[in-house]
Amino acid sequence: MALDIDAPAATVPLRPTTETPLARGILIAVALAFLAFFLFLPLVIVFVEAFRRGAGVFLAALAEPETLAAIRLTLLVAAISVPCNLVFGVAAAWAIAKFEFKGKAFLTTLIDLPFSVSPVIAGLVYVLLFGAGSALGPWLKSHGIEILFAVPGIVLATIFVTFPFVARELIPLMQEQGTGDEEAAIALGASGWQTFWYVTLPNIKWGLLYGVLLCNARAMGEFGAVSVVSGHVRGLTNTMPLQVEILYNEYNFVAAFAVASLLALLALVTLVLKTILEMRYGHAIAGAAAPH
Amino acid sequence: MDLSIRNVSKAFEQFPALRDVSLDIRSGELVALLGPSGSGKTTLLRLIAGLERPTRGAIFFGGEDASRRSVQERNVGFVFQHYALFRHMTVADNIAFGLRVRPAATRPSDREIRRRASELLDLVQLTGLERRYPHQLSGGQRQRVALARALAIEPQVLLLDEPFGALDAQVRRELRRWLREIHDATGHTSLFVTHDQEEALELADRVVVMSEGRIEQVGTADEVYDRPTSPFVYGFIGDSSTLAARAEHGTIWLDDRATGLKADGAPDGQGSLYFRPHDITLVDGCGGCIAGIVSAVRRVAGNRRVELAVGGGRERVEIELPADQPVALGGRIAFRPTKWRFYSDAAAAAETAEAVPPAYALTGS
Amino acid sequence: MSLVLAAPRWRWRRPSVLPGFGLTLGFALVYLSLIVLIPLAGVVWRSASLGWPQFWAIATDERTVQALKISFGASLVAASVNVVFGVIVAWVLVRYRFPGRRIVDAAVDLPFALPTAVAGIALTAIYAPNGWIGAPLVALGFKVAFTPVGIVIALVFIGLPFVVRTVQPVMEEIDREVEEVAATLGARRWQTISRVLLPGLAPSILTGFALAFARAVGEYGSVIFIAGNIPYVSEIAPLLIVIRLEEYDYPAATAIAAVMLAISFVMLLVINLVQAWSRRRFGYGA
Repeated sequence: MALDIDAPAATVPLRPTTETPLARGILIAVALAFLAFFLFLPLVIVFVEAFRRGAGVFLAALAEPETLAAIRLTLLVAAISVPCNLVFGVAAAWAIAKFEFKGKAFLTTLIDLPFSVSPVIAGLVYVLLFGAGSALGPWLKSHGIEILFAVPGIVLATIFVTFPFVARELIPLMQEQGTGDEEAAIALGASGWQTFWYVTLPNIKWGLLYGVLLCNARAMGEFGAVSVVSGHVRGLTNTMPLQVEILYNEYNFVAAFAVASLLALLALVTLVLKTILEMRYGHAIAGAAAPH
Repeated sequence: MDLSIRNVSKAFEQFPALRDVSLDIRSGELVALLGPSGSGKTTLLRLIAGLERPTRGAIFFGGEDASRRSVQERNVGFVFQHYALFRHMTVADNIAFGLRVRPAATRPSDREIRRRASELLDLVQLTGLERRYPHQLSGGQRQRVALARALAIEPQVLLLDEPFGALDAQVRRELRRWLREIHDATGHTSLFVTHDQEEALELADRVVVMSEGRIEQVGTADEVYDRPTSPFVYGFIGDSSTLAARAEHGTIWLDDRATGLKADGAPDGQGSLYFRPHDITLVDGCGGCIAGIVSAVRRVAGNRRVELAVGGGRERVEIELPADQPVALGGRIAFRPTKWRFYSDAAAAAETAEAVPPAYALTGS
Repeated sequence: MSLVLAAPRWRWRRPSVLPGFGLTLGFALVYLSLIVLIPLAGVVWRSASLGWPQFWAIATDERTVQALKISFGASLVAASVNVVFGVIVAWVLVRYRFPGRRIVDAAVDLPFALPTAVAGIALTAIYAPNGWIGAPLVALGFKVAFTPVGIVIALVFIGLPFVVRTVQPVMEEIDREVEEVAATLGARRWQTISRVLLPGLAPSILTGFALAFARAVGEYGSVIFIAGNIPYVSEIAPLLIVIRLEEYDYPAATAIAAVMLAISFVMLLVINLVQAWSRRRFGYGA
């Protein structure tokens, strides 16, 4: 409808639906300055600090056995927790989006619950469940099963905080797509699995990828929840974010920022992939602009 | 408030939306801007409101050049097709908005504003709905609120952009009659845009027919219907049939047949013959007539629409006959238009070349 | 033949030809219960088993109260800052075209993607007394890092995308004709913005605020580095939970967590009520 026209001459009244060039300039400047201070600077300083003593020191810091162990553990935790939440997300979305039943809205709210719980509390709940003072604690101990202060606890805490990512991406997407395609496939004689595999999955693959991407970024970067359940055993139960904290508290800033720079890189890659997905497959990613 | 549009052109990017348009509107007139989509009628309305600025030309409110006045200073009431109501405000607040945003010096007291709002609600027959929100109203009610809101500022000019376009047919007819009543009661100079000729002819004092960024004709309903000055207007308003014809020695010819229609004063050469399907009379034999073979017959209300293949089937025209007139498919019918116009190609070419109005046209009756 | 009129029977599920309902819903419910519901119920159960007097004693302990005040106070300030700048950022992204706009748009999500610990040490490095911004500020007499102001800085960072991303899509849907009609009615531009546009955006702004606030209250990783963690001054509630856990004082940790959970749920409820109210009243949500 309204086409943009160059800024009018001083005597001619402005277009009614925009601000004066001065106001526009000020608003853009304020927004960019705010983002520069709060987004750009923190990102830049991570890399500046990491390379403060040169690339050699940077690489040496990353090659420390404890750091390598932290990287391995982070990858392992993500490799377990992301697929778990992927399977859950697809199952929950299938049930919620393709069927009508009572209590659906309530179930959707429950799925979002972990987003409104402090990560520290997410860790705490498992300490209370499996810790020494709990009903399960002594039994676990007598059977030699370690959950707290070990990898299973870290995985559980990570699953908790990344719980809703895939589901809340898929539910609106699959609701929007409706059940017509699936019903047609069933009518043509396809089995349930065939229908899911050949009809549903191709429709949701980009949304699924989008959810997995966000889920993975959070899984690798989670700090609070993991910190509570990990026990901070160096070389054994430290993930990368925990390693960052330990190195930082030991005033080993270059090493701390070196590990941090890897995580920042992960964030950047995530952002780039996310933006590409939104640009190219925006229509196939419902609720792409929604927070979390 | 008299309104005068002088030599206004408007281009978007490179696309010319209006080309050298001039128009005078008298105080208190209700004028329709009628044309197909893309004819520039909405652009003209937005230029008058000050929502767009003309590329060339000027618009005068009374005697004053409005070009330097911003939208806010023009004091025009604008009604959009899709109402553009403020959805977070009640009906009463919507109507009062224009008064509330006035500078303190000219702003009426709160009590006065409320009084005016309720007065306008009465005028638009929505008494009792002041506390409703727009989404709780029907389309017709929303458009009444939009009109009341525009009237609240006592506009110098009331501009309505396809005001009934989003409503269904029955509400539309009802609102049309009602708008005419309101106009007669308030006496605002009003312009409305429409692509519905019935609406324009029924409602407006004068109709401005537009096409491709130009004004084709300005006139009363009778003038534009009975004496269209261009083939476009003839074709756009009302039903019409057209035949390629030729003027020669003061007579109009189809191929080598004389039609019996006089073309006194028309320059010899090709042109088009226009007539209304119902303005014809059947003739026996054919000493000067238009004759054709019946290729289709349709019953339309109380009449019969007959499609004739004329000139060996090269052209088809429609005529309207009483339903009791026997018509056989494949039969031959001879007729003569009782009212008609002949537009000479030469004159039309001259118009496009030099942009001089109007085309050379002959009228018969 | 008799005509049988079947009364509409109450059904908890509408019949469908699609398979897998029982399997997927069952799996989802079991998984949800095991990972989220049962562990969370543990907090409630544990704090209930404390007994009211003990619970009240912990919840009203001076240090706990201070930590909760700091958490909620700093979150309130940070979410307010986010509302102001978030709306400006969203407006600039939606309405203006300038070089680099798409990159800026994408960068708004950085706080979602950047691990909180990384954000924490980066912000600390910038605002520490010898940092890029901290040093000049100290010279001017402002200390940011290791004070409650530092907490607010970290919370502004993590809450930034919430306001922008809830307001932005609603802004994109604003009907230009509404602004034009306001202008024809005589409203100056600032009147159109303050009386027409911002009130229309209010539900989404409120939702964005609540989301940013809720996230900020629970935030841990980005805050603990920059806060200085001085008890009674710059110690946030989640940190106090961690400290109590490290002291094996589970009852105290549980009680604080229960208070925080309760407040989070109230926030969640408020968000939903705002949305429902807005939809009912104006016919649109956020």
